[in-house]
Amino acid sequence: MIDAVGNPQSILLMGGTSEIGLAVVEAFAADRPLRVVLAARPSERLDAARARLEGLGCAVETLPFDARALDTHADVVRKAFTGGDIDVAVVAFGLLGDNEQAWTDVETAVELAQVNYTAAVSVGVSLAERLRAQGHGALVAFSSVAGERARRSNFVYGSTKAGMDAFYSGLTEALRPSGVGVTVVRPGFVHTRMTEGRKPAPLSTTPEAVAAVVVDAVRNRRELVWAPAPLRVLMSVLRHLPRAVFRRLPV
Amino acid sequence: MSGTASLRGWGRTAPTTAQVLEPRSLDDVRAAVAAAGPRGIIARGLGRSYGDPAQNAGGTVLDMTGLATIHSIDADSGIAVVDGGVSLDTLMRRALPYGLWVPVLPGTRQVTIGGAIGADVHGKNHHSKGSFGNHVLSLDLVTADGALRTLTPDGPDAELFWATAGGMGLTGVIVRATVQLHRTESAYFVVDTDRTADLDELMGLLTDGSDDTYGYSAAWFDTTTTGAQLGRAVLTRGSLATLDQLPPKLRHDPLKFEAPQLLSFPDVFPNGLANRLTLRAFSELWYRKAPKRQRGSVQNITTFYQVLDLFGDWNRVYGSRGFLQYQFLVPFGEETTFRKVVEKIAQSPHASGLNVLKRFGEGNAAPLSFPQPGWTITVDFPIARGLHRFCDELDDLVLGAGGRLYLAKESRASAATIRRGYPRFEEWRKVRDAADPTGVFTSDMARRLELTN
Repeated sequence: MIDAVGNPQSILLMGGTSEIGLAVVEAFAADRPLRVVLAARPSERLDAARARLEGLGCAVETLPFDARALDTHADVVRKAFTGGDIDVAVVAFGLLGDNEQAWTDVETAVELAQVNYTAAVSVGVSLAERLRAQGHGALVAFSSVAGERARRSNFVYGSTKAGMDAFYSGLTEALRPSGVGVTVVRPGFVHTRMTEGRKPAPLSTTPEAVAAVVVDAVRNRRELVWAPAPLRVLMSVLRHLPRAVFRRLPV
Repeated sequence: MSGTASLRGWGRTAPTTAQVLEPRSLDDVRAAVAAAGPRGIIARGLGRSYGDPAQNAGGTVLDMTGLATIHSIDADSGIAVVDGGVSLDTLMRRALPYGLWVPVLPGTRQVTIGGAIGADVHGKNHHSKGSFGNHVLSLDLVTADGALRTLTPDGPDAELFWATAGGMGLTGVIVRATVQLHRTESAYFVVDTDRTADLDELMGLLTDGSDDTYGYSAAWFDTTTTGAQLGRAVLTRGSLATLDQLPPKLRHDPLKFEAPQLLSFPDVFPNGLANRLTLRAFSELWYRKAPKRQRGSVQNITTFYQVLDLFGDWNRVYGSRGFLQYQFLVPFGEETTFRKVVEKIAQSPHASGLNVLKRFGEGNAAPLSFPQPGWTITVDFPIARGLHRFCDELDDLVLGAGGRLYLAKESRASAATIRRGYPRFEEWRKVRDAADPTGVFTSDMARRLELTN
C-alpha cells in the first residue's frame, strides 16, 4: 500500500536496468526500504543493480523480461504480482536509436516502434489489469519531450514516444475510477548511457534529478510532470511555433 | 445495495477502491463473509479512523451503519444490547433519559460500537475508567467460517474477545455487543480550567496528584510557540455533575443533551490553508480565550469535551491533500521525550493546531489495545512535502522511549515500528490466525503494516 505520506511498500521496474528507473527505485528506498521487482534481460548490470538495492535494505526479485517478446509480457506481469501487491509500477524501457538510420531503414524503424510503443502498450494493458484488480497503485510511464513535437533530428524516437504518451495519458483517465493513479513523465535530455556522446539539449538533467521529480509526483499523485519542470513552459512555447521558425531552431 | 466506491479515512489520504456492501441483517453479513473473494473483507463504521483500517483495496468493505438497532437498555442494571453499527451518539441520546451514560467517549461521538471495540477507543476519562473494551460484557462476532460466536472477556473465548478489542476488525465482524453503561445524575460536567505558561507548569499540575480527583482530564497545548512559551497549555479537568452541583435553572432538566451541529464545512478549502501562520493564529486565540484559572464551571459535553462535534466535515479544512493525526504514548518517566517532540514540531516547517496531552491509567488485557500507563500525545499535520521524513524522525523518538503509535490514528508508519511498539503483537497474531486461518479478514492497514498474512 502507498501510505498517507506517499511511502510505497513495493515497486516493479519494467526495464530493470534503466538508469532513470533504478534512480527512482533508489530514491524511494533511501526514504524507506521496499520490496523491489526488477524485470529485465539477465545481465551483469541487472545483478549489479540488485546488489546495490539489497545494500539499501530492499528485498529484490529479478524477472526475465524482453520488451521485444510481446507474447511473453502478460506472463511476466503476472509473475511480478505473485509476491504480493505492486504499489508502484514503472515502465522505463526504451530505445533511442540513430535517427538517420531509423528513418531510412525499415528494420531499425520497426524495432524502435515495437519496443517504445507496441511493447509499452502491451505492458501497459497487462499492468492496468492487475492494478485494477488490486484497487490501488501508481503506474509511472516514461515518455519524453521528444514526443511533444517531432524534431527533424529525432522524429522516429519522438513518434514512438508521442504514441506511448497518448496511450498512458488515456490510461490515466481509464484507471481513475479503479483507484489507480497514472503518472506520465516527460524528461528532457538526461545524461545516461543511452545519450552518451550526444550533444546535450538545453535544460539537460540527470537520472537522480528525474527520479526526484518522479518520486514527488507519485507521493503527490500528479498525473503529468516534466523533468526538469521548466521544460513544461519551454515545450509549450516550442509546440506553438510556426513550422518555418521551428525548423530553423538549433534543437 | 452495493457498488464500487473509493474510500478514505478521516484524514482524507490514500484513497483506494473496494466493493461496498450494506448488510441489513445478520444473514447478510454471513453471506458477505462467505462470498469474500481473494482480496478479503473488512467491516467499516462511520469512517472516523484517520488512516486505512476500514478500507480494503480490490476487496469487499461492509458498511455496517445499516445494522444499527438498539435492542434493549435496562434502566436498572444499565446494560445495553446494541448492534455493531449503532453510533455512540445514538446510544448516548437513547440512554440519557434513563440516567445512563456511555462509559467511554472518544473525541467524537460519531463512531460505531463496532469501531469503538475494534480500536478499543479511549476518552478523557481513561485514567479513571479505562478504554471501551473494559465496559463490553459480551460481543457477537461473525468469524471467517461464517459462525456467529458470542465472546465474553473471561469466558471460554476470552482470547478471541481480547484479540477483537483493539484488533482493527481483523478477527471478524462485530454485529452486536452488550455494554455496561454508567449511572449519571446529569449530562453536564463541573469543570476546572488552568492555563499554564509553559510545559513545566503543565506537567507539574498533571503529576501533583490532583489529576486523580477528576473523572475526566486532558490538556490542549501549543506547538507553534518556542522559547519561554514552549508548550503553553490549557488544562481542562472535570467530572459529571451531580444534581445538587447544577445551577437551579438546569436542575429541572438535568439530562438534557445539548449537542447541536453548528455548521458543516463545504469541500472548498485549498491545500495549504492550514499552515504555520494560520495555525499559530488559531493557537494564540485558543490559548487566550481560556480563563487563567477557573473552578467549578458547569459545561455541557460539546463545550467540555467534543468541541469538534459542533462542526460537520471539519477535516475538509485541510484541503484535498488531507492530513494525518500522530498519536503516540510514552511511559511515565519519559517526559523529556514529550518535550523533545514539542520542540521538534515548533522548530519544523510542519505545524499542528489540535494538540492534546493526556495521562493514561492502567491498560487492559487486549494485546493491541493502545493505552498503557503513561502520557499520550496527539498532534495533527496537514500533508506536505517532507512530512514522511519528519514523522519517521518522530517515530525514532517515540520508539526510543519505549512508546507506541495508536492504530486508529495511524496512516504512515512501517510494519517494524508497529511491531516494536506492541510487544504482544505475535500473541495477537496467533489468536487472529487461528480464528481466520485463510485470511478472509484484511484491510489496507493490514496489508500496509503486515498485520495479517
